[in-house]
Amino acid sequence: MIAQSFQYESPGTLAEAISMLHKYGEEAKILSGGHSLIPMMKLRLATPEWLIDINGIPGLAHIKKEGAVIKIGALTTEAEIEHSDLLKKHFPLFADVTKLIADPQVRNVATIGGNLAHGDAANDHPAVMLALNATVIATGSGGERSIPIDEFFHGFYMTALQHGEILTEIQIPVPPAGTGSAYHKLERKVGDYATAGVAVQLTLDSKGVCKAAGIGLTNVNPIPLRASRSEKALTGKPITDKTIAEAAKYAAEDCSPSSDLRGSEEYKRAMVAVLVKRMINKAAERARG
Amino acid sequence: MLKKITVTVNGTQHVLEVEPRLLLVHMIRELLNLTGTHIGCDTTSCGACTILLDGKSVKSCTILAVQANGKSITTIEGLAPEGGPFTPLQEGFKENHGLHCGFCTPGMILRATELLAHNNNPTEEEIRWGISGNLCRCTGYNNIVKAILYAGAKMRGEALPSTEPEFV
Ligand SMILES: Cc1cc2nc3c(=O)[nH]c(=O)nc-3n(C[C@H](O)[C@H](O)[C@H](O)COP(=O)(O)OP(=O)(O)OC[C@H]3O[C@@H](n4cnc5c(N)ncnc54)[C@H](O)[C@@H]3O)c2cc1C
Repeated sequence: MIAQSFQYESPGTLAEAISMLHKYGEEAKILSGGHSLIPMMKLRLATPEWLIDINGIPGLAHIKKEGAVIKIGALTTEAEIEHSDLLKKHFPLFADVTKLIADPQVRNVATIGGNLAHGDAANDHPAVMLALNATVIATGSGGERSIPIDEFFHGFYMTALQHGEILTEIQIPVPPAGTGSAYHKLERKVGDYATAGVAVQLTLDSKGVCKAAGIGLTNVNPIPLRASRSEKALTGKPITDKTIAEAAKYAAEDCSPSSDLRGSEEYKRAMVAVLVKRMINKAAERARG
Repeated sequence: MLKKITVTVNGTQHVLEVEPRLLLVHMIRELLNLTGTHIGCDTTSCGACTILLDGKSVKSCTILAVQANGKSITTIEGLAPEGGPFTPLQEGFKENHGLHCGFCTPGMILRATELLAHNNNPTEEEIRWGISGNLCRCTGYNNIVKAILYAGAKMRGEALPSTEPEFV
């Protein structure tokens, strides 16, 4: 399968890339790993006239801690995330999630910035970023702006990014001691998108009371969903079978999955409940150390 | 508009003029006539088109030739000189019946080349996860896993495991 003809630019600076995006208008698309975009172009579901390849721009692939924030550059690949000791130390769920995203070759190329910017509720990082309360940094002609993750996803393939803006960094607060996180998705086979996926991050105090909870759901809603009622059901209470069951029930009720080849709506809601329960238990176990 | 790119393929530098939409796998097969890199599914699933790009295994059906500008590529033809000697993995696949029809083999071997470059003593489970992006429709994978275990042992200079084939 061969994409429709297009022109290709590979700018060396952010300023140059942004001015090209303005110059070529809506017909220009940003190219990162290309592992969502190129398959769509081959199927001619996407037919951009210009591709602006941002891989030649230095300073967009890093994982670093600055003060109380972990910063991940947009061009960081899944493989780099998978093997980062810094991320392993603070967020055990990254090891869970990267292993379940596509396959090793795809993970060598696919980027975290592309995963979020694609705006697809089937991708796994959106739910992760909801659970971790991330902030997205977008850079445009007016400089940088911060977008809270709860305001980032607008619809199918639609995000808060304006044309001419490049997602440059993801910032995640370093969690306090007593925090644990976990991710799992049900998939039919390696490389498949989630039938349902759940990301959980919990902070427990020394008595086991939940001080903070973040729960994100993958591919069971038109846009990536924060399970707010489930989070509230846990916060301020000890993690018990009762609070867990309540959180699981709310998540299954509040999501809005569609019936498709991966399963019926009913089945997906049931799986959300199972996964929420399991991931709360796993995150709590990790929080207790 | 054609783009001029410079790529080093199996140690030889090529300067090519390509359409931006040309896929890397087509550049390799059709412009350089290196047909050991196969096209299976053409949808980033099967891994038959796997090559090494600056040492990393990638699926060349989902990368544009222009994205490889300035980079170094290794295909199955570049692993061993014509007539041998084989790399430990090639020897492992031969000795362990790691292939039947051979269509997936170049991709399998290049993927496993990166796997063993990071860790030449993987467990069987690590191998199975490591080749999870490569489909084989003949072997049932068992002899492929054995071939990779064999290559690891050879790289570590240890006694080689039995090459009795497993028929499934
Ligand atoms: C076989 C296969 C299996 C997969 N399985 C999974 C899976 O299980 N889970 C999962 O989460 N993903 C999966 N993916 C998707 C993969 O992770 C994608 O590569 C990723 O979603 C997009 O990242 P990219 O760097 O390839 O982005 P690209 O394809 O380059 O871009 C995607 C979109 O985002 C835009 N964009 C890219 N970067 C930026 C930026 N910095 N700023 C603004 N806009 C930008 C592009 O213009 C484009 O519209 C799979 C992909 C394949 C091919």
